[in-house]
Amino acid sequence: MKNTATLELRGISKTYGNGRQVLSDLSYTLAAGEYVAIMGDSGVGKSTLLNLIAGLDAPDTGEIWVDGIALSANDDDAATRLRRRHFGFIFQAFHVLPHLTLLQNVSLPLLLNHLPLDRAETMLTAVGLKGREQDFPRQLSGGELQRVAIARALVHRPRLILADEPTGNLDPDTAQEILQLMRSEIKANGAAGIIVTHSQAAAATADRILLLTKAGLQPLEGGSNA
Amino acid sequence: MNRNLLFRWLTLGEWQAHRLQIVVSIIAIMLGIAMGFSIHLINTAAVSEFSAAVKSLSGQSDFQVRATQPTFDEMLYPKLAQHAGVAQASPILEIQAAIPGKADEIRNTTLKILGIDMLRAITVTPDLLGVPAEDRPFDMLMEDAIFLSPAAMEWLEVKEGDALPLRLGTKTVTLRVAGGLVRAHAGQRIAVMDIGAAQWHFDHVGVLSRIDLKLKQGISHEGFKAALERELPNHYLVIETADQEKRIHNMSRAYRINLNVLALVALFTGTFLVFSAQVLSTLRRRPQFALLRVLGLTRKQILWQILRESSLLGIVGSLLGLGFGYVLAATALRVFSGDLGGGFFPEIQPSVQFDPMAALLFFALGVGVTLLGSLMPAWEAARAHPAPALKSGSEEIALAGLRKPWPAYSCLVLAAILTQLPPVAELPVFGYFSVALLMIGGILWMPSLASLFFAWLFNVFNRLSSGALAGLALARLANAPQQAAIALSGVLASFSLMVAMAIMVASFRISIEDWLTHILPADVYVRTEVRQDAVGFSPQEQQMIANAAGIERIDFIHSLQITLDPARPTVTLIARPIDLADPGNTLPMTDDVLASAELPSDAIPIWVSEAMVDLYDYQVGKRVTLPLSDEPQDYIVAGVWRDYGRQFGAIQIQLSDYQTITGELRVNEAALWLQPDMTPTRFITLMKALPFGETLTFWQPNEIRAISLKIFDRSFAVTYLLELIAVGVGLLGVAASFSAQALRRIKEFGMLRHIGVTRGQIYRMLALEGGLLAGFGIGIGFLLGSCISLILIFIVNPQSFHWTMQLHLPWQWLISMALAMLIAAALTALLAGRQAVSGNVVRAVKEDW
Repeated sequence: MKNTATLELRGISKTYGNGRQVLSDLSYTLAAGEYVAIMGDSGVGKSTLLNLIAGLDAPDTGEIWVDGIALSANDDDAATRLRRRHFGFIFQAFHVLPHLTLLQNVSLPLLLNHLPLDRAETMLTAVGLKGREQDFPRQLSGGELQRVAIARALVHRPRLILADEPTGNLDPDTAQEILQLMRSEIKANGAAGIIVTHSQAAAATADRILLLTKAGLQPLEGGSNA
Repeated sequence: MNRNLLFRWLTLGEWQAHRLQIVVSIIAIMLGIAMGFSIHLINTAAVSEFSAAVKSLSGQSDFQVRATQPTFDEMLYPKLAQHAGVAQASPILEIQAAIPGKADEIRNTTLKILGIDMLRAITVTPDLLGVPAEDRPFDMLMEDAIFLSPAAMEWLEVKEGDALPLRLGTKTVTLRVAGGLVRAHAGQRIAVMDIGAAQWHFDHVGVLSRIDLKLKQGISHEGFKAALERELPNHYLVIETADQEKRIHNMSRAYRINLNVLALVALFTGTFLVFSAQVLSTLRRRPQFALLRVLGLTRKQILWQILRESSLLGIVGSLLGLGFGYVLAATALRVFSGDLGGGFFPEIQPSVQFDPMAALLFFALGVGVTLLGSLMPAWEAARAHPAPALKSGSEEIALAGLRKPWPAYSCLVLAAILTQLPPVAELPVFGYFSVALLMIGGILWMPSLASLFFAWLFNVFNRLSSGALAGLALARLANAPQQAAIALSGVLASFSLMVAMAIMVASFRISIEDWLTHILPADVYVRTEVRQDAVGFSPQEQQMIANAAGIERIDFIHSLQITLDPARPTVTLIARPIDLADPGNTLPMTDDVLASAELPSDAIPIWVSEAMVDLYDYQVGKRVTLPLSDEPQDYIVAGVWRDYGRQFGAIQIQLSDYQTITGELRVNEAALWLQPDMTPTRFITLMKALPFGETLTFWQPNEIRAISLKIFDRSFAVTYLLELIAVGVGLLGVAASFSAQALRRIKEFGMLRHIGVTRGQIYRMLALEGGLLAGFGIGIGFLLGSCISLILIFIVNPQSFHWTMQLHLPWQWLISMALAMLIAAALTALLAGRQAVSGNVVRAVKEDW
């Protein structure tokens, strides 16, 4: 049966080699264009969940569907190609390649997907870095680096953005600015998004807030902007 | 298109950011290829020029008939000239004559004179025809005329029409330079004269050195050779001219191959350096590769990216290496001629020729070893799980595989097994593999050894001291030993090879010194100016020498070259008085000796050098035959002696036995023990007053020893140069590795500066880390080098050159080198650290990666 949701998790469980179970029989469906925040205590499995969704790790049981494609049916190469086309990533530590210019960094997903490179400049303009295309990451502040990461995550128009503590390294004002930018760009590009965060303020920018506990993903009461 | 763009961005970004590491890797490859390629070009040029020169002496002939001894009865000539299959026969007498006043302690100062029958030579060896002056067309047949090659004219500083004094034995003959040999090869010093005149002038009447044969058309070479060998007595050799090349190749093969292997050591060291640079580089870029994997680069694409980067390094390094190697070869050929100190290619002036096939081979080798050095780190980077690899501090996990010691053990065990295998085609192939495996095994063992050693040192330090920074340095080494061990692999490779070579060379040198002391017991040695002079001293002259005042004892020696196997170089036969009861009194015997009581009465005892055992299977107690007389005579191998002078074999026989068998009473050398009241200088003055005194050459043991060691050192000059280059490459590697590591620790240094550690303290910590690490590497390098030296001394040398030596450790030199390396490594670590510490402190802690 072909699934039409952007993301569907069915009965996902994950236990680490040391016997610690982090996810148990977790199910959730993310509709196209939906932007959710996932909160939870440290070690509950938030980042693990993102890794499973991105195909960077495999669940012990259950199935993950991305745009109707079951991840378990993919080998590593196919999972990589899926990730390349359908996902955008934003990390707490920015992860911008230090020896490439900002323009080159943002162009990476376009290059990998064999798309025209013109949109990289547009995206840099959209995140407020017009005129800085030839700068190197070492010339940027933390907030600016995260803007580059947002531009890179969205430049190839992916279906799903995964953001892991995107404002964890930023001061509150910059964080708020980045979160607003992220939301507006995700919405403007018609993508769905999942943001994993400890911050209530960050979660508040999402359409819906989910709490990850041992019992699974639960909607947080009063946590919806939708 | 897009893929190329991505490759270009990633590669250029990386190369621009880490220029030093890239330059060092390129230099390492370049030097390795340059050394290997230049030595190959030099050897090829020398061998081909030497072959061509020898070929020109054989001309158009199909066969040469020689004897097992240097000369034979000329009565063979008419028989061969009238032989059914022979179209033309050309008799030749070869003479080495001395040039009065041209004595030189090291260089060959004799002139090769070919006595030829001009009328026969026109068709068989036209290159040997002299060009007489226009007004003297018959000079070719004149008994006082000699024709010189351009190189000989230049060397002798004579021109057409000049008188040229030449000396053989105690007789001096003056000939007239009648013209040149225009077709002689560059640098080839030869002279040609009429054969009858040569026989008469140089006391060789009735003998020839060889007869060149040109066969009639359609005659089968194989059939002719077999038939002629059946017809001729045993002491004649029928040699196909084409086989000469093989023989020339064989003569210098071991030397050339060992030199090539030594040259490849630089490349070998470079490979470890590239490996170390690539491991550290991929470790540093591990989170970047992980990010690229997250963004959508497949494992294959990551692997391909790293290997393409490496092959680009290999291509640039190899191309530069080929260019540099060519220049080196051309320079070396101009400065040293083709000899490179080995003494195998005298009197030729080869010029370097670019060899496209060899260039391609060395290019492939350079790119190949670079890829080989990168394969493991590239594979690891491609296989790494992106999520954990994105986080910093995952490097040691990546290297955890290196802690497993079993690959190291496998290499070491295999190396030990290979030492037990015999040579292949008289080359120590398994010996070389064993050295390579020992080196690889040692380097693979480094991480687990370093882990154990530094953990132990850290524990000891914690019990004894509470110094924070020293503790920090030790903690890092104890907890992250793999990276440290990898950084050292280049220096470990070069230092261990340097230790191995130093021990081998010292052992060889001291063995030669001991050997010289043993074989030169007399006070003065006297001979004519030509070594192994075919004429030498007549019995009357021997008597006159023996009657000189002040002599306590005199031993006459006759040495000559004999051929036992036409495919091999000649063997030296030395006839001299030997103490039968204890030959060790005369010769430097190995333990392999037959007691005099065990000697049979029906066989003449001979004592053979170690090479004879290896090359001709002359085992002690074995009965053999030697081509010394027409009558069949048995000889028994009575002992084996050590000979560093003649790699292709030497046989010693009692002079009295030799004289009885051959009837030859002339000798060409005398060893003289002087009475206590006679000084060598006064004795030499007395000897020079003899009627033939001016023709004598005197040597005192200390002079011969000094000259021999000078030749030895000259022979090893290239070795020292290659060693130094290998060490230089190793140290460059340390500089690059330490600098790469220090840059990766900018955050750590920034944090230390934040909590109050001064720059000076960080420098001291880095120097301590560098020093400890280098000290550990030097210790392991010393052990590894010592093991390799044992293989070189007891396997490679005996199998290559057929001589054994005793082990000697040059402690003073080794300790000095170890200290120099230690200081250099600590300073390198310090300098590398300065770059990382000198940056902005606040910025440093914010650095991502």
